[in-house]
Amino acid sequence: MWRYILRRLLLLPLVALGVTFLLFLLTQRLSPEMRASLYIKDPRQMGALEEVIQKYGLRDNVFKQYGRWLSSALQGDLGYSHSANMPVARAIKEYLPATVQLAVATILLVVFFGVWFGAVSAVKKDKWQDVCARLLSVGGFSLPIFVLGLLLLMFFYGKLGWFPPGGYSVATDAVIHSPSFHTYTGFLLIDSLLNGNMRVFGDVLRHLVLPAVTLCIGSFALMVRVMRSSMLEELGKDYVRTARAKGLPERTVVYRHAGKNAVIPVITLAGIQFIRLLGGTVIVETIFDYPGIGRFGVTAAQQLDIAGIMGFSLMVAVLFVLGNLFSDILYTAVDPRIKLNE
Amino acid sequence: MNNRIFKRILRNKASLAGFILVSFFALVALFAPLLAPAHHEHNPYQLPQSSYEVTPQPPSPQHIFGTTEQQYDLYYGVVWGTRLAFKIGITVTFFAFIIGLFLGSAAAYFGGLVDEVIMRFTDVVFAVPSLVLAMVIAAMLGPDIKNMMIALTAVAWPSYARLVRGDVLSVKNRDFVVASRALGARGPRLLLKHILPNSIYPSVVVASLDIGYIVLTAASLSFLGLGAQPGTADWGQLIAMARNWVLGSGADTWAYWHTVIIPGGAIFLFVLGWNLLGDGFRDILDPRQG
Repeated sequence: MWRYILRRLLLLPLVALGVTFLLFLLTQRLSPEMRASLYIKDPRQMGALEEVIQKYGLRDNVFKQYGRWLSSALQGDLGYSHSANMPVARAIKEYLPATVQLAVATILLVVFFGVWFGAVSAVKKDKWQDVCARLLSVGGFSLPIFVLGLLLLMFFYGKLGWFPPGGYSVATDAVIHSPSFHTYTGFLLIDSLLNGNMRVFGDVLRHLVLPAVTLCIGSFALMVRVMRSSMLEELGKDYVRTARAKGLPERTVVYRHAGKNAVIPVITLAGIQFIRLLGGTVIVETIFDYPGIGRFGVTAAQQLDIAGIMGFSLMVAVLFVLGNLFSDILYTAVDPRIKLNE
Repeated sequence: MNNRIFKRILRNKASLAGFILVSFFALVALFAPLLAPAHHEHNPYQLPQSSYEVTPQPPSPQHIFGTTEQQYDLYYGVVWGTRLAFKIGITVTFFAFIIGLFLGSAAAYFGGLVDEVIMRFTDVVFAVPSLVLAMVIAAMLGPDIKNMMIALTAVAWPSYARLVRGDVLSVKNRDFVVASRALGARGPRLLLKHILPNSIYPSVVVASLDIGYIVLTAASLSFLGLGAQPGTADWGQLIAMARNWVLGSGADTWAYWHTVIIPGGAIFLFVLGWNLLGDGFRDILDPRQG
């Protein structure tokens, strides 16, 4: 087990280097003048292009330039993101908690509804409940997340005015940036509770609903399927027949016996999906103008903010590898029969 | 494709529905020039624009699906968008599969260091969510349809490389391969004539069913402004143009429903068709599931 973890952790620098180097190679397609112009904020300074190229060595060979980027990245300096108007490292620190908050809220919804629908679907196999759950899941799987997001925005914000886009309201913005509001964790939901400010808590939660629900509908289909087939498999096993033969009530057999075992694959899947949500947040955060890391990445990509793009990809790659490792470990914790080695 | 599989597809209600949906879209794509005669001879994917009026117009006899902002015709966009979707889906899947086939079979056939290097390389590409990676690559290459297809191919091939590698490994040491090796078959001939024809068909089917997913990712990129540019008959692009209008006008919040529902419905049905068809195939190919 430890060897496996070590092996996977060794993969981490490889992946981080590989991803950033490949992207760095791509940036070389842009002319040095184009890359130099990214450092210039005032169009009147365009005459200074050559100086910038010299100063940052933009004509050096790729390896030399990459080495420079890497050594400053290792010191925590990922450059300046002109799309976010702040250093990349600070942008990540500022935007990441909102995304983690969104992903946690989503995965809770996904697991809850996925297990519920999946279990009902298995117990009522081929009845109308099963057909509905399966239709819903294949539908959710095929519905583009941006179409769903726009429809929900139309209805719940445009029509009903319940859930506004953005991360929080203007009033909340004033509160959380006032000196009396202490930032403990960077997670607004937790910080607002620690500050005892229920208004901020409510406001942040309200802004979280639509993005979380959109992401949930987009990804719970797989959960329903896995739970359904896992539950069906458990229900067909001998111990379930024994439990029934003993005369246990059907509810106990289904939920206490079969359900408990059926949930194992769901937990691993939840780990994997939590990581996959990072891809989905890119779109959802853009639609709902939610101030997270996904929106930061999209803006950086749209505006060709190279430092921002590099920092964003590096962070996503690292999170992805760590997340996958974590979900593997979780797997063995849930089911001790599984041994981690290749 | 043998007849027996085809019959089983048609027997299953869900996969039959998928088959009908996909065939319908294929017909629309095929007959796009008849359904909506091209307005720009040199580039039929360029949407016709009836005026520069900003506000989208609801469906009317002139524009049966209505217009988007800047008066691009939605009917034309959906019809030619179907053709573009097939073009993107088929091209990307084809090239990604070729790359995956090449690298995956090389990894499995040669083993050792070659295998290690190729598979670690796929790990690197796998380490970033495909949409995120495609987005970043498309941004760096510069947003247009061709670059978007390159970006999608660059993120799609690793899963095929893994599939093919598994396929080749599974037959590599079977008796018929050992026999032809004993008869003197070597290198590419052994791989191309004996191993691949006996191993990759399941992967080919899996890959071709990914067209729905590829089109969905392409639409997402266009929606983010990193694929097809404004004025192109592309579903994702049409929905991007709807973004400013989702809140309707004044009290009438549904005033511009058609700008989201019509192109959105097209993507939904297209992807749904492929998914339903894919489910059917997977059930048939995987005998463990009843």
